[in-house]
Amino acid sequence: MTVSTPVVEGRAIVQDYNVPGSLFTGSKVVRALNGIDFAVEKGKTLAIVGESGSGKSTLARIIALIDAPSEGELRIDGELADIRRRRPTPALRSKVQMVFQNPYGSLNPRQKVGDVLMEPLIINTDYPATERRDRAEAMLKKVDLQPEHFNRYPHMFSGGQRQRIAIARALMLNPALLVLDEPVSALDLSVQAQVLNLLSDLQEEFELTYVFVSHDLSVVRYIADDVMVISKGVAVEQGSREALFANPQHPYTQSLFAATPVTDVEAIRARVARRKAARLSHPV
Amino acid sequence: MALLNIRNLSVKFATAAGSFTAVDGIDVHVDRGEVLAIVGESGSGKSVSMLAVMGLLPDTATITADEMTYDGRDISNMSGPERRRLIGREITMIFQEPVASLNPAFTVGFQIEEVLRLNLGLSNRDARAKALDLFRSVGIPEPEVKINAYPHQMSGGQCQRVMIAMAIASNPRLLIADEPTTALDVTIQKQILDLLMKLQEDYGMALILITHDMGVVAETADRVVVQYKGKKMEEADVLSLFENPQSPYTRALLSALPEHATGDRLPTVSEFFLQEGAQ
Repeated sequence: MTVSTPVVEGRAIVQDYNVPGSLFTGSKVVRALNGIDFAVEKGKTLAIVGESGSGKSTLARIIALIDAPSEGELRIDGELADIRRRRPTPALRSKVQMVFQNPYGSLNPRQKVGDVLMEPLIINTDYPATERRDRAEAMLKKVDLQPEHFNRYPHMFSGGQRQRIAIARALMLNPALLVLDEPVSALDLSVQAQVLNLLSDLQEEFELTYVFVSHDLSVVRYIADDVMVISKGVAVEQGSREALFANPQHPYTQSLFAATPVTDVEAIRARVARRKAARLSHPV
Repeated sequence: MALLNIRNLSVKFATAAGSFTAVDGIDVHVDRGEVLAIVGESGSGKSVSMLAVMGLLPDTATITADEMTYDGRDISNMSGPERRRLIGREITMIFQEPVASLNPAFTVGFQIEEVLRLNLGLSNRDARAKALDLFRSVGIPEPEVKINAYPHQMSGGQCQRVMIAMAIASNPRLLIADEPTTALDVTIQKQILDLLMKLQEDYGMALILITHDMGVVAETADRVVVQYKGKKMEEADVLSLFENPQSPYTRALLSALPEHATGDRLPTVSEFFLQEGAQ
């Protein structure tokens, strides 16, 4: 075991939502997360896998210090982060940043790219304007965009480029931890490959820690070090990528694997043969 | 003879910035009882060519084709009533967003019975009985209860089952499915694909599956057309496409699949084009 403090650690995280009642029904409490434990070491990637309604995005929002959990404690760099009691300090806020799924919805259409990138610095730091501009221009280059993109508006960019801008914005404050909520789900396959490559380059360069939320097991297998499978608010299985993909234990994980389409040539050959046989016995 | 045969189809849209060609000289044909997958990324024109067949494009679109026939009959010059007898009965379509495809103000039962009354001329009572039958055959649990549900009371997968029930109500010979599982979870996707394949085999209908997902292609198609920027890149049976892709674009798409990753980096499509260009 390592002795270093994990960059992010959660213990017994619980999130309850109150569903208000109507005239005829009382209000009720929905438990979206039920006692989640996790820890991610520096420079590693934890993938959180689950289907819609599993609570994976709820957990991502808690880790990104957007929502406060109902119960449990969250530590960032060993320090207790309780945003219900205290607003996060700029120092804490700078450590954790988030990238959202939909790059069309997460950028302000009236804000130029340069302003998008400089805003976190205005809010959280006291750098002078020239310094902010220099840092924003340098970051554009880091995510493979051009200096001339600085004064353009988000609608002038493709989905993949917008996701690069969102990643650049998240990196402006030199965070230790990046929470990525389905960052490539809205992108085409070819663009998805570029963004995944960029993420792994940036992780290496800045020693970033990632919490990567996804429903796509093939992406998870490519990017993750550790995987947490979550179903109905419960972490049903947790382990290293190698162990989990080699030998999934929980029936829910197994059903996810069984449902994921395979593009393996032998599997296709078998399916085509089955179909031919079925056709011969029941001709159309 | 092919069931649907399209030769040299082009679709142009009039935009403020001039004419934009979404589909550029595409040939598509599908045989009886065949599953054809049309694959492409956004902007490849994969949906537009099928919307042209269905007559669902807006007035700004100009459709030209050397041939557009269904079962030997010319679709492009059909009169309105003749076309309506064909579309929605013999050729039906389901869409990506099942929840958005249903009218939120009416129960799903009302909506499927409307189809049955209009297209099959059934009485109210027969329509209800047939709707329940269809709900059973697409695997909706408790059909007697669900038939009175509104779309928002059902999950995405169940709404897609309702859409499929509507689409197969008239026993079509061709079903066009436009990204039918893109909005759904993998386990639900598997169920819906299995259902489509089972119905396709039971009813012997042809299925055109429009998708961006190579996994879906691998699990369903007999034959595949790969499109890129409105042009056809490759056409092959599913096994040869995956085993021995001919076009550089198909090779690039397949190697960009994360499960095919061999090293630390994923090859990207643009790198692939550069390499191919250099050779």
